[in-house]
Amino acid sequence: MKHTALFGSVTALALAASGAMAAEGDTLKEVKSRGVLNCGVNTGLIGFAAPDANGNWSGFDVAFCKAVAAAVLGDPAKVKYVPTTGQTRFTALSSGEVDLLARNSTWTFQRDTDLKLDFIGVNYYDGQGFMVRKDLGVSSAKELEGATICIQTGTTTELNLADYFKANNMTYQPVNIDSNAEGEQQYMAGACDAYTTDASGLAATRASFADPENHIILPEIISKEPLGPAVRHGDNNWGDIARWTLFALIAAEEYGVTSANIEELAKSSTNPEVQRLLGTTDELGKMIGLDAEWAKRAIKASGNYGEIFAATIGEQTPIGLARGLNAQWTQGGLMYAMPFR
Amino acid sequence: MSETHAQTVAYVRDTMLPPAPPPVTERGAIKWLRENLFSGPLNIVLTLIGLGILWLLVSTIGPWLSHSVWNANGMADCRKIIAETWGPDATGACFALIKHRWNQFVFGFYPAALYWRPVLAFGLLFLALAPVLFSESRRARRIVLALATVLSFAIALVLGAPMPALAGMALLMLAWAVLIEIRPAWALLASLVYPLLAVWLLWGGSLWSEIAVLAGFGIGFGVWRAGARFGLFAVAAAAVVAVLWWLFLAGPVAAALAGMLPLRLQPVSSDQFGGFVLSITIGVAGIALSLPLGIVLALARRSDLPVIKLLAVMFIEFIRGVPLITLLFVASLLLNYFLPPGTSFDIILRVIIMVTLFAAAYMAEVIRGGLAALPKGQYEAADALGLDYWKAQRLIVLPQALKISIPGIVSTFIGMFKDTTLVVFVGLFDPLKAMADTIRASFEWKGAYWEPYIFVGSIFFILCFGMSRYSMYLERRLKRDHR
Repeated sequence: MKHTALFGSVTALALAASGAMAAEGDTLKEVKSRGVLNCGVNTGLIGFAAPDANGNWSGFDVAFCKAVAAAVLGDPAKVKYVPTTGQTRFTALSSGEVDLLARNSTWTFQRDTDLKLDFIGVNYYDGQGFMVRKDLGVSSAKELEGATICIQTGTTTELNLADYFKANNMTYQPVNIDSNAEGEQQYMAGACDAYTTDASGLAATRASFADPENHIILPEIISKEPLGPAVRHGDNNWGDIARWTLFALIAAEEYGVTSANIEELAKSSTNPEVQRLLGTTDELGKMIGLDAEWAKRAIKASGNYGEIFAATIGEQTPIGLARGLNAQWTQGGLMYAMPFR
Repeated sequence: MSETHAQTVAYVRDTMLPPAPPPVTERGAIKWLRENLFSGPLNIVLTLIGLGILWLLVSTIGPWLSHSVWNANGMADCRKIIAETWGPDATGACFALIKHRWNQFVFGFYPAALYWRPVLAFGLLFLALAPVLFSESRRARRIVLALATVLSFAIALVLGAPMPALAGMALLMLAWAVLIEIRPAWALLASLVYPLLAVWLLWGGSLWSEIAVLAGFGIGFGVWRAGARFGLFAVAAAAVVAVLWWLFLAGPVAAALAGMLPLRLQPVSSDQFGGFVLSITIGVAGIALSLPLGIVLALARRSDLPVIKLLAVMFIEFIRGVPLITLLFVASLLLNYFLPPGTSFDIILRVIIMVTLFAAAYMAEVIRGGLAALPKGQYEAADALGLDYWKAQRLIVLPQALKISIPGIVSTFIGMFKDTTLVVFVGLFDPLKAMADTIRASFEWKGAYWEPYIFVGSIFFILCFGMSRYSMYLERRLKRDHR
């Protein structure tokens, strides 16, 4: 009797849980009826996502949230930013706490399959690097034999570091840290010889030092860190919307559509691809359950991919990242939007 | 006689020696040093080591602290000022960060125009607590009332609250203070209403929904009074009626009343909370809810009814056996799997519930310690007087048991208040880590490390030290010296 009751309640819970998951099939409808996009972002990563003194979020990942909100809801301001930590980010997505995760997360096999996420593309090609003090006299990561290295736990960088040193038959002494700020502090205090994290993060960290000229970023990039937004498994239409919003931003840069000339191009452009992108001809939007001007609104939200890059992390900002791999494919980079047809 | 004496003794001193001061080694600072710091080889070594550490600390942190900059626009600016003032190699603290982002540390992302609302809620907290905390001393109570009223009014004025809000604040606080002075018993009722008022002030929205919640208690009380002679049955009926009211009627009634007379404040959603407003909200709610829950659990654990005892033991041991972070993760992530999609159950409310359950389990054990410390004669005396269980607990057992447990209770409170910083793991902006990291993620303040920790740590110290001093005051007040 006791067992029957126990099993009964467990079954009920399981049914409730599966019911909840099955009903989550239509994220688009849910977002529209809620009127707000729940977007999972970093709790604070310079250039990528951070709130200012008034609580207004801005950054490279935040701009993508705004673009999706503009495409789906018609207003880039209709986003609720849900700050997620490295530990909670994927659970927050799969439990339905957020509709979209734009949180500088690396696209890996295990996350894509086992964690049941769908990475919808790559918005930043990053790679892991090392920073050392100049007076250490090291000019290559290959010379770091026996070094103490500050490394953030629970990230892919930790695993890459172990792989790299193993592959090169070297040893190292890890100093585990919890956050970027702590890493900088440990490195500055001399607790470790080298600090390793994504190259974008290293550049930002170095720029914030009192004496950036005394530190160098070693030339080796030891890993591929394709950072991209992700959605849940099981709602392909929602995934399509997110994926093609990203492509729209990238394509807009390729075709020279900027937030400044978009209205004019929408009226007068003769390029058929631009006409399709901006909804002047064909109704691509209908095929993903949106209206004709969805991409136009997405691009208007914070500009095309290049504009977003320049405004948040580009060379004019204190972070000062070069486009590198993130340039358009026509410029020797990897940013390649699929055709709008 | 005296002549005989003069002949037999060669010399007699006829004047007293003037009193001399004690030897140098037996007085003043030297004596103290010898006795306390250099009384033996071991103590000499320990003293020297201690002095060395102290010197190390002062010589490293001292210059950094004394070179602090309070006015700057960013880290780069701050470093420039330090280099200009104290030379190129000087290091210094950039407390300008605290000044620049002060509002964020205190209020999180609460709309700036509405800062007066949390201030008022915090000020009223003292008005609500004064009759309870300082029931024994009229003077202490008056000091608290005056300070709370004047300070919260002044702070709201400085923060630029609108005129009607200021007038309302002044009126409400003065009326409440006068009520406490002339009708302390009624003031206790007002204290009971305070939580709903605070919820309304902090989150805004329609006051009618809070009133509807309150009406539920009134209706339940009415049902219980009407059927009091049916004993437990009346209690059950009251609970059922109240729950039915909250589930089905409270919403529509509140909406209808709001339609007639809108008592609305601009709503503020939970994700705009942060900093100390968030910590104090969770902390105060957790403290206020966990004490009664802990008392009930402690009594249940000592109950003679096996079912109740078993349930209490299971609850307490389960909650105490699980880390608080696990409970917070459950609250923020796992609950969503079980709730129907589209339901959003306020995250701060979820966290408050979990923190309360966690603190209540510890509280129950602290109070059980107090109950166990009470001589058996007290229980027997209560029985001998013919008191029933609840009267015996209320009049004889609990007042003594709680008094014994004060240090334990307050240290549970302090621990819980500090634990509120753990909400960073579920994406809420606690002042210590989330808010500090967020501020460090801005272009201006990237590179600051110790300053936010020092600042937030000091505020926590002040608040926790305050609680600790109050508990010592309370212990002195309640001392009856019968052992």
